[in-house]
Amino acid sequence: MSGILAFALHYEGAYNKNSLGGVSEAARQAQALGIEAHAVVVGDVSDELAASLGNYGVTKVFRASDVPEGLAQPVVDVMAQVMRDNGQDYALFGGGLLGFEIGAGLAARLNAGVTMEVTKVNAVDGKLTAERPIHGDSSISTSSYKDRGIIIGRLNAFDTAAPSGATAEVQDVEVALSPFSTKATMVTRGEARGADIDIEGADYLVAGGRGLGKPEGFELCEALADALGGAVAATRAVVDAGWYPYSTQIGQTGKTVSPKLYLAAGISGAIQHKVGFQSAENIIAINKDANAPIFEYTDLGIVGDLNKILPKLTEAVKAKKG
Amino acid sequence: MKICVLVKEVPDAAVEKRINPSTGRMDRGGERNLNPYDTHAIEAAMQVREGAEVEVEEIVAVTMGPQTAVRALHKAVSLGADRSVHLSDDALAGSDVAATGFALAKLLARERPDLVLLGQQSDDGECYTIGAVVADHLQMASLTQVIKMDVSEGRLRCERQAEYGYDTVEIELPAVISVGDAINEPRYPSLKAIMGAKKKPLDGVGIGDLGIEASSVGEQGSKVVCGDFKAPPQKAAGEIIEDEDTAETVEKIIAWLDERKLLS
Repeated sequence: MSGILAFALHYEGAYNKNSLGGVSEAARQAQALGIEAHAVVVGDVSDELAASLGNYGVTKVFRASDVPEGLAQPVVDVMAQVMRDNGQDYALFGGGLLGFEIGAGLAARLNAGVTMEVTKVNAVDGKLTAERPIHGDSSISTSSYKDRGIIIGRLNAFDTAAPSGATAEVQDVEVALSPFSTKATMVTRGEARGADIDIEGADYLVAGGRGLGKPEGFELCEALADALGGAVAATRAVVDAGWYPYSTQIGQTGKTVSPKLYLAAGISGAIQHKVGFQSAENIIAINKDANAPIFEYTDLGIVGDLNKILPKLTEAVKAKKG
Repeated sequence: MKICVLVKEVPDAAVEKRINPSTGRMDRGGERNLNPYDTHAIEAAMQVREGAEVEVEEIVAVTMGPQTAVRALHKAVSLGADRSVHLSDDALAGSDVAATGFALAKLLARERPDLVLLGQQSDDGECYTIGAVVADHLQMASLTQVIKMDVSEGRLRCERQAEYGYDTVEIELPAVISVGDAINEPRYPSLKAIMGAKKKPLDGVGIGDLGIEASSVGEQGSKVVCGDFKAPPQKAAGEIIEDEDTAETVEKIIAWLDERKLLS
């Protein structure tokens, strides 16, 4: 038996959006290959929540209820066992951090090929290939697999299918965890850190990164955002450093936005950040480093000192808007 | 406690990028240097050593790569590692992330560290994943993107950001930890340390020394075949303004915004 196995991450009774994209993609590709798509869930998942993955096209859900949530290595044990017992040739993950960790561990365990940051999957001659942008997105490489393949999507790469109303068969699996998979234990999970700010509804976002130099640099962003009638966003680097609330973070483990204007101040433009705002209608960047990768995908790039430009720009926006 | 730090040489981001006129692509060849993300891993090892909680007997920098990778090891040693090990072998060329992780795990198994540290990603290709591959082969606990790490005897308490916010995770050693760049501010090496780096022991090993079969690494041992390179859909190049006169620059930005009806 062949098949594609997707991992579905859940938290507090709901599935992760990128996981649902991954599950949907697994089903689409399985259909193209004429095989089945299945999903894996671990931890506390109700019968109803597990079966609901049928909405996105998987026929069976393997549930390992005794396995801890939020850590990668126990899930590697579960997926390796399911794939060995059921013969799935591919594992597929939507974008996100855990998928990277699980997929990589699974590749080692099954001696499989792995491709990360995948933006497109193709069914070719009865097999899957995966497209992945490389070298700062300047080229796209296509991976094929000699044997089993593990495909880890980039954030937002896979669209979630419209729910079909179908339900999946739920099969409980017992998995003996590897001794080293139980050496990590979650103490607290999902701590928000900082104020809860809604940035997803904003038409104008002024985002700040390390180039602001210090936490107080965000005051410049806030003043401009106020003048434009928008909100302030941040990169992971400055959120991790405690400069700005987690709720404002754009990218890999943060939010995805598509405002009318995204103005990036002091942001170099790592791929992990880019994936969170690349569908913005207009992108402006201000950075003192002319070599910053962000200039490769901005509509308007300003090479200069944000400390000089932002205050004057704020005044000019205010004057213009009256 | 013994700490191994995995490092890698990558194209130097500080070097001016050039477009190759024949291909129209960015030429990222030329100067290579220690992956900047790895300097955070070395710094994390140094802070464990300088902390009061545990005794660190040795910090060893480890890399796999061609001859030029020695430079990354010298840099790692100048930043505080006691010695370094360089895994280099023609048979390793073309290894994918799984084969690379397998080979590095063989080398690390010989070193028997209590803690393996590495940077959260490299700028030149594979992201995030090598730590998890190495950990599975070594049968060690693993966590990536760690931004706070408290060490006590035989244990780590780590914090990192995952899908739903910040997680705090307790880990029993041995473990493989990839650190995020917010974990510390790496120190600059002293001139004396830079000068002395080449005198510290550097152990060169090939796959034969580690009992690795040539067929399990390199192109032959890799399970992914990469090829069929193509250019991404082209986005029209954006306009670039070099700020010389800020009043003028701001005027241009305002006009640009106004044209797109973003100031109404």
